[in-house]
Amino acid sequence: MNYNWNWSIFFEPAPGGTGTYFDMLLRGLWLTIQTGVFAWIIALVFGSVIGVLRTLPSKTAYWIGFAYVEFFRNMPLLVQLFLWFFVLPELLPRSWGLWLKQMPHAPFYTAAIGIGLFMSARVAVQLAAGIASLPRGQKQAATALGLTTLQSYRYVLLPIAFRIIMPPLTSEFLNTIKNTAVAITIGLIELTGQARSMQEFSFQVFEAFTAATVMYLLINIIVVTGMRFLERSLAIPGYITGK
Amino acid sequence: MFANFDFDVIRRSLGYLFLDGMTFTLTLTALSALGGIIFGTLIALMRLSGFKLLGRIAGLYVDFMRSLPLVLVIFWFYFLVPYVGQWVTGASRPISVGAFTSALVTFIMFEAAYFSEIMRAGIQSISKGQPAAANALGLTYAQTMRYVVLPQAFRNMLPVLLTQTIVLFQDTSLVYVLSMPDFLGAASKVAQRDGRLVEMYLFAAVVYFTVSCAASFAVRRLQARISIVR
Repeated sequence: MNYNWNWSIFFEPAPGGTGTYFDMLLRGLWLTIQTGVFAWIIALVFGSVIGVLRTLPSKTAYWIGFAYVEFFRNMPLLVQLFLWFFVLPELLPRSWGLWLKQMPHAPFYTAAIGIGLFMSARVAVQLAAGIASLPRGQKQAATALGLTTLQSYRYVLLPIAFRIIMPPLTSEFLNTIKNTAVAITIGLIELTGQARSMQEFSFQVFEAFTAATVMYLLINIIVVTGMRFLERSLAIPGYITGK
Repeated sequence: MFANFDFDVIRRSLGYLFLDGMTFTLTLTALSALGGIIFGTLIALMRLSGFKLLGRIAGLYVDFMRSLPLVLVIFWFYFLVPYVGQWVTGASRPISVGAFTSALVTFIMFEAAYFSEIMRAGIQSISKGQPAAANALGLTYAQTMRYVVLPQAFRNMLPVLLTQTIVLFQDTSLVYVLSMPDFLGAASKVAQRDGRLVEMYLFAAVVYFTVSCAASFAVRRLQARISIVR
């Protein structure tokens, strides 16, 4: 391979006068984490509501949950981001559309909300499966104790269901972080975007992508370790995840 | 809201969108799924082979691929494949690889990690007695896998493999980052040429939605038909 390796490139100043190439990548990493966490909060909130809707006895609630999940699962994330970013401002009343287009950090908010909603469908499916996996007696016992539906979800079903689905939620969180890279298409310069612009400025393709790869691996290791710790401290003795 | 919609732009570009764009997307999806399943099965067999080192290598590969965003992997292979091609063919300079080949290699290598996890679950779902019986009949390891374990593993996992292929179909839209002429790329080219972003992206969304919905409905039907009642 006749490629000119130059690992010291990271310490050379990047064009733009805002520090070295390494600083550039770090800024990307920080934006990736911010977008990922913001999207994950949205995914958890919306996913929980829809997940609960899918398990309620009401037919209407079930169908709303079903339609929501199918809507967000059957379109590529990239297309969804385009819909939010390019199409939505045109369909709204003129003044709202203008406001959206002129909003500062539009790519960031679009990415966080778009990825959040995309992932919320997946969280909803996991949560519905978690609730369905609980023995029927739990719901019945809650009803027998005189708890309303809201109370039985709040105090009995959800606390257990969430702890059961911790492992799949961990991988959904990692997927959320990975999916932030798709936002490069709407102009969010996160980690992959910064690696790409570093490659364009410096022509050191493989160094830039290696650094980004290492950073993604580090995020993964940290999240997996942290979540394993959380899982262990939240595990219910006697359940699959409990020991 | 829809008053100044120009639906004619869709009609005018239908030929380009489907004959060029959709053909690219579907060919890429089918070939990547095929290659990914074959390569993924090999990785799964490595992981379950009982050789520590082979298992470790396969496991590392799967974990590595699964912790990277597909967009980054697409960029990696786009720049890496010419150099690997040079190394393999012994050429004097990095060989030029077409956009399609580069994308195909990327998706096969990336999806193999996901398909291998499915195949691993499929192989593990076969009860231990079956390979033991095959062994007792005098079948070699290769024969056991070829005639006993893998056919059943494929059958059990067919719905999951197909669902993953639907995900793959949606993921192929990411070749947009290399401005390749897949379905979304084609739609986006028309959109930018004619300044009709709203119509074209809405249309692309409807098409992806319809295809994915129909495909997952078909998979559900198939699953109900082929599932073995035990």
